[in-house]
Amino acid sequence: MVIFDNLPLYFEAFLQTLSLLLLATLFALPLGVVIAAMRISPVGSLRATATVYTEILRNTPLVLVFIFCFVVLPILGVVLPFMFSAVLALTLYTAPFFAEAIRSGVNGVPVGQAEAARSVGMTFGQTVTLVVLPQAIRSVVPPLINVMIALTKNTSIAGGFFIFELFGSGRRLINANGDQVIAVLVGVAIFYLLITIPLGQLADALERRVAIKR
Amino acid sequence: MTSVLYDVPGPRARVRARITSWVTGLIVVGALAYAALTLGEKGMWDASRWMIFNDPLVWAALLRGLLVVVQSALVATVLALLLGMVFSLLRMSSHRIIRIPTTVVLEFFRGMPVLLMMLFILLAFPGISAFWAVVSALAVYNGAIIGEALRSGVVALPKGQREAGLAIGMRPLQTRLQIEFPQAFRNMLPIIVAQIVVLTKDTALGYIVGAVSLIREGELLGEFLGRQQYFFPIFLVMVAMYLALNLTISTVARQLAKRRGVKVASVVQDESLSALT
Repeated sequence: MVIFDNLPLYFEAFLQTLSLLLLATLFALPLGVVIAAMRISPVGSLRATATVYTEILRNTPLVLVFIFCFVVLPILGVVLPFMFSAVLALTLYTAPFFAEAIRSGVNGVPVGQAEAARSVGMTFGQTVTLVVLPQAIRSVVPPLINVMIALTKNTSIAGGFFIFELFGSGRRLINANGDQVIAVLVGVAIFYLLITIPLGQLADALERRVAIKR
Repeated sequence: MTSVLYDVPGPRARVRARITSWVTGLIVVGALAYAALTLGEKGMWDASRWMIFNDPLVWAALLRGLLVVVQSALVATVLALLLGMVFSLLRMSSHRIIRIPTTVVLEFFRGMPVLLMMLFILLAFPGISAFWAVVSALAVYNGAIIGEALRSGVVALPKGQREAGLAIGMRPLQTRLQIEFPQAFRNMLPIIVAQIVVLTKDTALGYIVGAVSLIREGELLGEFLGRQQYFFPIFLVMVAMYLALNLTISTVARQLAKRRGVKVASVVQDESLSALT
């Protein structure tokens, strides 16, 4: 079986996919928090900036973001290592989705909580950091995990741009084993499912727990 | 804009907010202007680079690419809606023999990247064109997602709907198709439309598996005319085309929803999230 013969190769690629996922999450999550904070802030220009950024990135295909980082930036004289470019593209694209997940979580906190905080004299900053966010985080985690699942699937695009991750490994193995295309690709799919299905179940379980507590 | 997060601002707070707004606004505008100037120093706004758009052949190539995007998105959308209905019917079947395998298969479809599915279809069915590989992968993947949306829409309906249908002697399938689906579809319209935007974006993946489409045309133009010189303007035009297309879909859908009186607000959070995959 081609899958078992090439397990080391699969593992190498699997680790690359995982590191793309983790690195992109590491950078996109803080950026997402910043964008979310900008979108709920009382400062108009911050709100507008964040909204425009979100709308543009959400309506542009990720492939074009990749082309920006891998082709357009070098034309402009900014040459980056491939891995760096891939993480950059995934970060730029994913951050607005993290932001939207956080924002909907913040909106999900009962109005009375913020009102109570306001009425005891807390400022905007205090209300958000001491009262709203600690509660929002609980209901925000499941949607954040869903964004990570989508991100996992999106890392496959890096395989089309010189990165050797799962999708790229599938292509390489097909070149070597043209007669076992289906087996090779099912193997790749299984490794993706190894990430996405546990994450999905984690999200479901957390969602159920949060639902009971409310 | 009012929010529970802060008081209706008084005069001093208003002044402070306005000042912060102006300052940060100036910083943002300044950063953008700096970026634009830097691009200008590299000659990216030089008329010579943009003259190519006087050539009708350039537009012909780009519009040809855009047409392929629209075509594949349209065909895939129709197929995905049909598949979504079939998937959700099977998923809700009262026979365990149908329901459980469908659940597993749908989970499989939703858990792997569309790109992988495109490659799979392209290689597993010899003789299929890249266009159809892209379209069918998009149809299957988005069909699985739309199917799940439809199912949760049906589950959310009051039980009486189905019972009433059965009580007046409609068959179970008839009840599903004529009573439950129309309502579920309407309630889930925002999610389904968001998924169609995703589908349109994902047509761009065809570039990686070698299908002819907007990005491929743009790249060929770049190779032909000189990438270093002309790819930047071509890239900006491609981004603008995708933005225009997707924003149009969203706007039309919003208008449609408004006219139909669909309650958009209740599902809006999900819409903003589901535009990702």
